[in-house]
Amino acid sequence: MTTVSNSNNAHEGSIPVEPAVIGMPGHNIVLGEQVPLSLVSGQKLGPFTVSYQTYGKLNADRSNAILVCHALTGDQFAAEEHPITGNAGWWNMVVGSGLPIDTDRYYVICINVLGGCMGTAGPRDINPKTGRPFGLSFPLITITDIVAAQKLVIDYLGIEKLFCVTGGSMGAMQVLEWASKYPDCVLCAIPIAGAARHSAQNIAFHEVGRQAIMSDPDWRNGSYYESQELPNRGLSVARMAAHITYMSDSALHRKFGRELQDRANVSYGFEADFQIESYLRHQGNSFVERFDANSYLYITRAMDYFDLAAEHDNVLANAFLNTDVKFCLISFTSDWLFPTSESRQIVHALNAVAASVSFVEINTDSGHDAFLLKEPEFFSILSGFISAAADQSNI
Amino acid sequence: MVSNNVPAEKIIDRVDLQLVADMIKPGSRVLDIGCGDGDLLNYLVNFKQVDGRGIELSQKGVNKSVSLGLAVVQGDAEDDLKNYPSDAFDYVILSQTLQSIYDVRGTLNELLRIGQHAIVSFPNLGYWRVRFDLLIQGRSPMSEKLPYIWCDSPNIRFCTLTDFVALAGEMGFVIHKIISINHSGRATPKNSVGIWTNWLAEEAIYLLSRG
Repeated sequence: MTTVSNSNNAHEGSIPVEPAVIGMPGHNIVLGEQVPLSLVSGQKLGPFTVSYQTYGKLNADRSNAILVCHALTGDQFAAEEHPITGNAGWWNMVVGSGLPIDTDRYYVICINVLGGCMGTAGPRDINPKTGRPFGLSFPLITITDIVAAQKLVIDYLGIEKLFCVTGGSMGAMQVLEWASKYPDCVLCAIPIAGAARHSAQNIAFHEVGRQAIMSDPDWRNGSYYESQELPNRGLSVARMAAHITYMSDSALHRKFGRELQDRANVSYGFEADFQIESYLRHQGNSFVERFDANSYLYITRAMDYFDLAAEHDNVLANAFLNTDVKFCLISFTSDWLFPTSESRQIVHALNAVAASVSFVEINTDSGHDAFLLKEPEFFSILSGFISAAADQSNI
Repeated sequence: MVSNNVPAEKIIDRVDLQLVADMIKPGSRVLDIGCGDGDLLNYLVNFKQVDGRGIELSQKGVNKSVSLGLAVVQGDAEDDLKNYPSDAFDYVILSQTLQSIYDVRGTLNELLRIGQHAIVSFPNLGYWRVRFDLLIQGRSPMSEKLPYIWCDSPNIRFCTLTDFVALAGEMGFVIHKIISINHSGRATPKNSVGIWTNWLAEEAIYLLSRG
């Protein structure tokens, strides 16, 4: 564990966080020791731990750093075997040697978000004042706070300007926040399958997931950490509902159709007769092994609160006035959670400030999850845009 | 990335695009509408140091352009131009696209709202082969520049060089330059469109500005 600086004083009113999980592979640093992080909610956080992972080598002039921002249920293990599940990294087809985000050329940083549960401060961590896990007493966090914490990590690494910030879904929200709030620290920004605000429909889906968790008796108002039973049923239902929104109807039909699971006939009961049911149950059950229910509440809330235009007199273009950041937006035809119209709105706002912007809609039936899947057209756009920008910047 | 030691004339193998490129002052801000695979824009960025942007409808074209590092968005002229601020560009290029635009007047007005200059090129319906097709064969004209059979054609607006001069005048635009291009690709700069030019030009390029 690295300590950034020694604390001196007055953390008047600041909330310190002690990590509950120690020993995750990768880097773990303590931030907000000298100056606590001021959260949008008005509360202050610090000292607190942030966990991140890096791939590739930072070059001598520190100009080849790419920040990869993970989505709602992702984490910092973008391009390696996951320490808990043993599965391949969530972006192992994008980040790596010879891949679109080429670790032979770039230094890739992926940071577990604030409120997360893979080492970075979140509701599972310990409140040193009580010696017990925070649960719902952990302060509410926003995308702005998540990015502010990432900025502290980038400062700590001595990187003045990120060559690129990219990510899909909630990752795209962070990319937009970076480009809007710290335009001088970002050379190019690639928000994928994102939006400048969370839509009413998406807030509704999140609310269903949260209610599933909160109505699980084992949730116990968020104070379940010391009990035998975790709110796994609620979290698993939340994951199942969310998973449906990540896929398109046609992909579901293509993969599962009305095929039955290990049986010749329907059971005339409520077992998982259909393959799709069995698949969703599996998704739910495996999710609870690696994710904290309260983290799910906190991070979905952060997404709900995201509305970039609202901070700029409801004019999205004002979020990007005089920007020098080069943007490349990517959306997917069958994504109904973050549809192309959301990306197009951002493109129009960027056009209004004459920003440098590229925009591509990729043809696929894979739905919102397409950014995590094998999509050759998507990969070629990503590597083309990134390598051309790197050539122009002599990286 | 294109390196600077490649001879300029090798970059653009389409005569009309090279002529458009020659109209553009180095270092200016350029929007290329219907930029295709980004050939012209790539040339302008690399050899004329322009700050270049593009709009293209086809995904294939956008993908190719973005892979070259060009700032190109998937969209179309009639929907997307209204988002740009006035005077955002020194030149707005509409090459070989006019014939497929529904709202021609609206689009031309937008070109010259967001750009100081507009560069517009289109195939000439007054070209003699086209006229003869209709006159002698009695068939809707097809040519190299108008290659579609009438029922499959994306082209919905056909005009002659003279038609365009009249429209530009009516809309209060100033024509600074006209280049007519004949069948063998020979380009001739003109100050006005005479009867013979309107017969012989297979296509033409206009440089316009607000009045």
